[in-house]
Amino acid sequence: MRSGTVRPGRRLPAPARRSPRPARLGAGDVIRVGAAGLRARRMRVGLSALGITIGIAAMISVVGISASSRADLDRKLARLGTNMLTAAPAKSPDGTVATLPDTAVDMVARIRPVDSVSAIGRIPDVSIYRSEYIPAAETNSIAVYATRLDLPGTIRYTITAGGWLSQPGVRFPTVVLGASAAQSLGIDHLTPQTQVVIGRLRFTVVGILAPAPLAPELDLAAFVGWSTAQRYLGFDGHPTNIYTRVRSESVVAVRGVLGRTIDPAEPYNVRVTRPSDLLVAQAMTDTTFTGLMLGLGAVALLVGGIGVANTMVISVLERRAEIGLRRALGATRGQIRLQFLVESLLLSALGGVGGVLFGILATTGYVATRHWPVYVPPWATLGGFAATVGVGAVAGLYPAMRAARLAPTQALAGM
Amino acid sequence: MSGPQRRPPLVVLEDVTREYPGGVRAVAGVTLAIERGDAVAIVGRSGSGKSSLLNLIGTLDRPTTGRVHIDGCSVADLTDRQLSALRARTIGFVFQQFHLTPGVPISEAVADGLLYAGVGVRDRRRRAAESLQRVGLGHRLHHRPHELSGGEQQRAAIARAVIGNPALLLADEPTGNLDSASGAAVMEVLGQLNDSGTTIVLITHDREVATRLHRQVEIADGVVRADRGVAGVETEVIA
Repeated sequence: MRSGTVRPGRRLPAPARRSPRPARLGAGDVIRVGAAGLRARRMRVGLSALGITIGIAAMISVVGISASSRADLDRKLARLGTNMLTAAPAKSPDGTVATLPDTAVDMVARIRPVDSVSAIGRIPDVSIYRSEYIPAAETNSIAVYATRLDLPGTIRYTITAGGWLSQPGVRFPTVVLGASAAQSLGIDHLTPQTQVVIGRLRFTVVGILAPAPLAPELDLAAFVGWSTAQRYLGFDGHPTNIYTRVRSESVVAVRGVLGRTIDPAEPYNVRVTRPSDLLVAQAMTDTTFTGLMLGLGAVALLVGGIGVANTMVISVLERRAEIGLRRALGATRGQIRLQFLVESLLLSALGGVGGVLFGILATTGYVATRHWPVYVPPWATLGGFAATVGVGAVAGLYPAMRAARLAPTQALAGM
Repeated sequence: MSGPQRRPPLVVLEDVTREYPGGVRAVAGVTLAIERGDAVAIVGRSGSGKSSLLNLIGTLDRPTTGRVHIDGCSVADLTDRQLSALRARTIGFVFQQFHLTPGVPISEAVADGLLYAGVGVRDRRRRAAESLQRVGLGHRLHHRPHELSGGEQQRAAIARAVIGNPALLLADEPTGNLDSASGAAVMEVLGQLNDSGTTIVLITHDREVATRLHRQVEIADGVVRADRGVAGVETEVIA
């Protein structure tokens, strides 16, 4: 815009002694002049900055919320571990469910990278009731499992009340309830008298489990000891779910051999899954939604930008006299152009700062209700701010050019 | 014209015309020299071309034909940027409308008079206070335009025009929006500025205002009709 040197007047005749040279406006003056234009029209400036604020706030909060959700998942996975594999009997095409050999747990434990293994076995046709007086049909869909005692170690269960099963059914049969099962039965605290009925037998409830994100199927379940189940509930001793923790670097390798280890004769009867994959996949489906919201934010920003352009165009129309005066005071076209461009940039930067603040605020507010860690990626903040600067530049360019093109006499006559 | 001088006249117009699209000839051949330190009134009815003449003298506009020299510079040979610089340093403007931004303290408005002359902000503020003192508004530095009378606003506008000590002060109907008392105060200030060496060119339709300056150039239909007061000689130009 402003070149450092001025060509001496072309083919100067005698009278021209020297060529005057416009002074350079310092950065401070450029900003001061731009800001003065905004200060004079606070209401309008506030409203058009609001447009930018909404756009940026929408984008920042969408990115922030999805990043916080992601951070929460990472934290959850770090706590739960991604190294758990589960094995269950596969359903054959004709609908019959295979059974896993009762040697399965021992076989799996012999795979070298396996750190721990445990299993539960579904006891078919047995339901749990709060008392003998509950009609048989009201099962609450709670599944009753026979469980090995080392299950919590593998699943990393935490216990919210009482404790885990101890010596299998020493004097009286005992049961531990999953989180949802306890809720369905209306049991929220335990006394030594808290009993439930399983298969016409009274069991003492000794513990309640916290929800298990990696094995959500176990939340609506009741657990009784393996031998207790065999003795009192007619359990056949075949595991139906095998849980195993594997050294992280060997998860893929173990996954490949798990089926053959459990059932060498019919490995296709064993379905192996990695539950943490499920959580990740779930998070992935959220990104489609995030993309959509981000697009909406971009549209809001665009509309905000048009608002800024509109404000600037009107400003130039209204301020013809000021432009004329400034030209009379010695402003060059370039300085007028710069003034309006800077004014537009400041206007949208104002909106941008507000947008970043509101975006972080909205993210914090929403995330707090979900108990997620707050995380707004720095690239989103910087990107949002850069976007406003871009919007300001584009929106201000045309009005600034118009202002600069205005001839001084025209500007002064336009009063 | 006047005899040989060390410095050329501040303003020289040589057979200047200004034609607008549509064939309107606002200035139809004006030759005029204004010496340094002079006080000249350009008088004429509205539509006589006096405002167009002011725009040409103020380098806000270029002539269609003829030559304009300001402070030794030929306007035709300067770029738009160079003309801007010329205005920033050599010419001060006062308009009928005071052009003070509402809500901005007048000391800041006056300081803006040096913005484009490359003076730092501290210096601008200090000199704005001095300039306001010069026009008798030293006690109103931080007032905003709406807190001042019309005459005071116009004096503030004059302070802005002369803050950089320009050689030439152009005033376009400076008393046009003022009552007679305020107008007299404004003319008083202009007289003081002229006494201290500033060349003043004042445009007016009011003959009474014009007679307060020691030279009157009468304009009608874009040409000079009369030029009184040049070195004490009264000349009538017959078109």
